[in-house]
Amino acid sequence: MTKAITVAGLHKSFGRTHALDGLDLDVESGEVHGFLGPNGAGKSTTIRVLLGLLRADSGAAQVLGRDPWKDAVEVHRRIAYVPGDVTLWRNLSGGEVIDLYGRLRGGLDAARRADLIERFELDPTKKGRTYSKGNRQKVALVAAFASDVDLLILDEPTSGLDPLMEEVFQRCVEEERARGRTILLSSHILSEVEELCDRVSIIRKGHTVESGSLADLRHLTRTSVTAELAGAPNGLSHLPGVHDLDVQGRRVRLQVDTDKLDAVLKQLSESGVRSLTSTPPTLEELFLRHYQDDEVAAR
Amino acid sequence: MTSLVGTRILLRFNLRRDRLMIPVWVAVNTLMVLSMPNTLKTLYGTPAERADLIHQVATNASFRALIGPVFDDSVGALTAWRVGVYAGVLAAVTSLLVVVRHTRDEEESGRQELISSGAVGRRASLTAALLAAAVANAVLALLVVAGLMGQGAVGALAFGLGLAAVGMVFATAAAIVAQLTESARLARGLTAGVLGAAFVLRAAGDSATTDGSSVWTWLSPLGWLENLRAYGGERWWVLALFAAAIALQAAVAYGLAGRRDIGMSFLPTRPGPSVGRLGTAGALAWRLQRGSVLGWSLAFFVVGVVYGGLTDGVADIVGDNESARRIFERMGGQSALTNAFLAAMVGMMGLVAALYVVGSVLRLYGEETSGRAEPVLANPVGRLRWATGHLVIAFGGSVLLMLVTGLGFVVGYGKEAGPILGACLVQLPAVWVIGGLAVLLYGVLPRAATAAWGVAGAVLLIGWVGPALAAPQAVLDLSPFGHLPKLPGGGMEWGPVLVLLALAVALVAAGLAGLRRRDLTT
Repeated sequence: MTKAITVAGLHKSFGRTHALDGLDLDVESGEVHGFLGPNGAGKSTTIRVLLGLLRADSGAAQVLGRDPWKDAVEVHRRIAYVPGDVTLWRNLSGGEVIDLYGRLRGGLDAARRADLIERFELDPTKKGRTYSKGNRQKVALVAAFASDVDLLILDEPTSGLDPLMEEVFQRCVEEERARGRTILLSSHILSEVEELCDRVSIIRKGHTVESGSLADLRHLTRTSVTAELAGAPNGLSHLPGVHDLDVQGRRVRLQVDTDKLDAVLKQLSESGVRSLTSTPPTLEELFLRHYQDDEVAAR
Repeated sequence: MTSLVGTRILLRFNLRRDRLMIPVWVAVNTLMVLSMPNTLKTLYGTPAERADLIHQVATNASFRALIGPVFDDSVGALTAWRVGVYAGVLAAVTSLLVVVRHTRDEEESGRQELISSGAVGRRASLTAALLAAAVANAVLALLVVAGLMGQGAVGALAFGLGLAAVGMVFATAAAIVAQLTESARLARGLTAGVLGAAFVLRAAGDSATTDGSSVWTWLSPLGWLENLRAYGGERWWVLALFAAAIALQAAVAYGLAGRRDIGMSFLPTRPGPSVGRLGTAGALAWRLQRGSVLGWSLAFFVVGVVYGGLTDGVADIVGDNESARRIFERMGGQSALTNAFLAAMVGMMGLVAALYVVGSVLRLYGEETSGRAEPVLANPVGRLRWATGHLVIAFGGSVLLMLVTGLGFVVGYGKEAGPILGACLVQLPAVWVIGGLAVLLYGVLPRAATAAWGVAGAVLLIGWVGPALAAPQAVLDLSPFGHLPKLPGGGMEWGPVLVLLALAVALVAAGLAGLRRRDLTT
């Protein structure tokens, strides 16, 4: 597979703030790639570098095989972008803006435009100032999904959408993936990322802390296990990879590094298992772990 | 009064936000007024010289149209006459900017919603905005009164109060307009239009009468200021007229403000087309700026017609007066007088056109900082092409403005179409240098882009009051307008025109080169 986006060792400072501090990012062609990180981690800065709006201080960035700064216009012919905070012109209608963006990119698929407007329940005759945040995002989303491009860069595109529209958005992303398009999705809605993304990158303070498929990442985290046993448990605390062990009579709750799960299950079954629940790690836990590490480091 | 809860906090907040803006505007205005007595003393030191000046004002309608009538030959009276209208205009502009900034601007941006959700009364924001303007005007009045004390306390008091009153008339006018329009830009434009109309009414009235008694003059708040007659037998009752107008306008504004929803206006937005025809960055730029281009063009045409119409009056009045005619014949005869008047007027319009260019160039800055430029530039639109769309409108628009001004003059004056149009067009290189500076600032130092307004303001000040202040040549030379040939009447000089053109081109090129290299501000 070819890479849609490759970023290596990207640095960008604004005055004394280091927004990007050696950031790496690889997005394969045809995948939906989740781009996660706490507020201020540098997600939007990275995206602006990828769009050639900001020039990196050092490091390499390639988008669709080209330099996003030098070949901005050429790269943009094959990109659609949805900003997190969509601002519209107060005296232009939503329909006018959709068509403007479409024509600037070299034309819209009219049938797809009509279909998307209907699915997103957008009134295209309203003027910019009168749209709510969610509706402004729909304007940008319709313009992006209706254009014929290879790469979609979506910066927190659903932060103002209601759950129904979120559903429509997810289906649109699936359709784009089915057509072989690449999507970089920056998001805080972890269920959305879990649902949609093939791979994710988590960044913190301007550099990448995790990157890989969700399965890979899950492997690095802990599974929660709750068990009701026939007899008293023993030997659990000596097992490697067991954390937060809580034994109350025959009830056991613990967390275990996912790659050590097997040993724990064997130990539990020795005491006889009456009931067992095991929860795989969620992205949220993964994310929180990195986030909390961050706070611990800050202390 | 629960509708005023929070006013005090909001006022402090407004003044904090205006901590640079109000002091600068007030300082410029104060300096302009307070530098005048000394200048007048040097220019017209003896009573005979002053009598001569008064005679000129009495006999020259165009002089009066520009500055107004003079009521006494004291230095104080001459000061009030010479700067009154312009100080009044500056106070009005300061006030309308302050009020719109804290009312409609806040609503349009959505910031007002957050403020209003606090324990804040329905009318607190409007009150705090008007109070901020009142503070600016009060400080102006205080400084002017204190500074002119040496010319006589009574006149100083009258003049200071008059200036502040003009400011508050336009503050309350802006408060009304801000209820009517949905956009702050339109609110500012409409209020400025009212101010322009007030200036034209006063000018028309004063060209017809020598004592400000024309009905036209009385229709204009700027006319009230001159009819207050600071240092010329003060007519204090005129202050009651100001007070009544301020109270009435404030009442209307409060009435409207209490009757509408937040963010809404009495001129509501209509739905637009569901399918757009815009397809290029240039078309978008034109769509965004066409309203302002049309508004400016209309204003320039009207002003051209009005001043064109005044031109003949200059000759008539001079024709009736033997001694004045002799003075002007020495200057080169009646045609020289007409030409001098036309040249002065056209030059003034050029200075104002520079404001248009700055405003139009800074649309780029507005688009960029509001975040609207970002998605446009994420399309296959190069920065240069995006910027060029707006710059063509800025620089081409200035050509249009000077052409319609010339057309207006020709319509009003009725002759000499060629020389007048030529005189209008010859202003353009200087206009473009100011526009070029705006492009340079925007491209290279975007954070300082709005300093272009300061440059345009300084040039305006040099052009309007520099000669009257007898400012040193070095200062006058700072303005590109000072280097233009004086047309019609004077000889055409290509040298300075070409140099200014080259300078404008270089500034624009440097600005665009900077824009290409820098980060987009977000």
